[in-house]
Amino acid sequence: MSVLSVQNASKAFGENKVLKNISFDMNKGDVLAIIGPSGSGKSTLLRCCTILEKLDGGTIKYGDDYLCKDNNGISGYCTKEQMALIRKKFGLVFQNFNLFPHFSVLKNIVDPVVNVLNKSKEEAKETAVQLLKKMDLSDKANAYPCELSGGQQQRVAIARAMAMQPEVLFFDEPTSALDPELTGEILKVIRDLANEHMTMVVVTHEMAFAREVADRVIFMDNGFIVEEGKASEIIDNPQNERTKLFLQRFKENG
Amino acid sequence: MQFLSLLLNSASGTDYTEMSMNFMGDFWNMIVQLAEGFGVSISIFFLTLLFALPLALPIALGRMSKIKVVSKLIEWLLLIVRGTPLMLQLIFVYFAPYYLFDIPLSGYRFPATIIAFSINYACYFAEIYRSGLQAIPIGQHEAASVLGYKKSQTFFRIVLPQVIKHILPPMSNEVITLIKDTALAQTLAVVELFRVANTMASSQASLLPIIIAGVFYLIGSFIITRFFNFAERKLNYYR
Repeated sequence: MSVLSVQNASKAFGENKVLKNISFDMNKGDVLAIIGPSGSGKSTLLRCCTILEKLDGGTIKYGDDYLCKDNNGISGYCTKEQMALIRKKFGLVFQNFNLFPHFSVLKNIVDPVVNVLNKSKEEAKETAVQLLKKMDLSDKANAYPCELSGGQQQRVAIARAMAMQPEVLFFDEPTSALDPELTGEILKVIRDLANEHMTMVVVTHEMAFAREVADRVIFMDNGFIVEEGKASEIIDNPQNERTKLFLQRFKENG
Repeated sequence: MQFLSLLLNSASGTDYTEMSMNFMGDFWNMIVQLAEGFGVSISIFFLTLLFALPLALPIALGRMSKIKVVSKLIEWLLLIVRGTPLMLQLIFVYFAPYYLFDIPLSGYRFPATIIAFSINYACYFAEIYRSGLQAIPIGQHEAASVLGYKKSQTFFRIVLPQVIKHILPPMSNEVITLIKDTALAQTLAVVELFRVANTMASSQASLLPIIIAGVFYLIGSFIITRFFNFAERKLNYYR
């Protein structure tokens, strides 16, 4: 069952074309890793999927709902009301967490559930407590984000996104702001979510992680999808010259 | 006591008991009159805050508007209001209805004062609000948007509480200036603290009313400072 479908997505910032004819599909339970050099358009793609940016051309569809529909190369976007409904279908975990600093850890998770999903405080709190337990942060419920380590903040951010019960969860380089020790704890959480068949799109520079957790890998460069396929095949045995070069440099440096 | 008598310039007789009683009476009388003046100053202070604090928000948002006409208009407004003396603005606001529209001015002194003060201070507050709004990382807006908060929810639940923390120090500056600026209301013959003190000082040829007025202003500033310190401490629980 298709949860997310992106067709012929294109996007430019002025003269600079960042996305060129990008297409991919996500079925329920898929874990997709998007890899590629900086400036290849990975983050922009994620930001278009999460309505932080808008496509110039192409189609994005969540389930049966069109976020935007291509019409002669130009994306026509749905109404604000439909957009609000579509926003409930996805979650996004940012590179630099973006927790709300004036809310406690618990309130960071509870507040959107109460104010966006209109659930009762008790129900939201119950969900939040369970998620914090799962993230191994039960003792931090009343702490404020500034009192937490980067890894802990990112786990709260993941809990906050999960509390909204998204159908698909996006990660935008979730470990890039963390040191290697803290990276491990975030990757473990994402791995656990994968084992529970959470549908996820992960933009990452962690090749070993991508190979292990993702079913599929997309390698992007210069706005194009250069290569796409089973994670182990792409990372162990890339066919395209550009992919080979990128992965080789990665091995040399890492 | 002799020093105070000299300041009051009321030492005429030699009967010290009588003189001291006179003095106490005069002194008490002076305090009461000055306190009444201070009451007017404080009303100007609070009424200005009441109107200027909310009025500054649309001005700040207008200044940040993506619509060029709006942001340019606000920019001009800020230039005019911040680029001319408040005293001039007081006179303009007071006389404008008469000279421009032929409306009689009776009973308009105090309202004119509040209007001029509110507009003037709203413009200064607006720039402080703007600095606070722009200090909020874009990631906060993005996180709220992805979570599905409406624009108004994002503003009131996420952005505004953080802005308030950011702007407390510059706001305390501006609010302390306001309590002292109320003295400018005498331009329109509003009988506030400084006008009372000044009149008294010249009629009695004494410096004492001025000193007492100074103490009143100091007490006001002291309370404002304490209030802002308290608010800053209250919001210190996060960074």
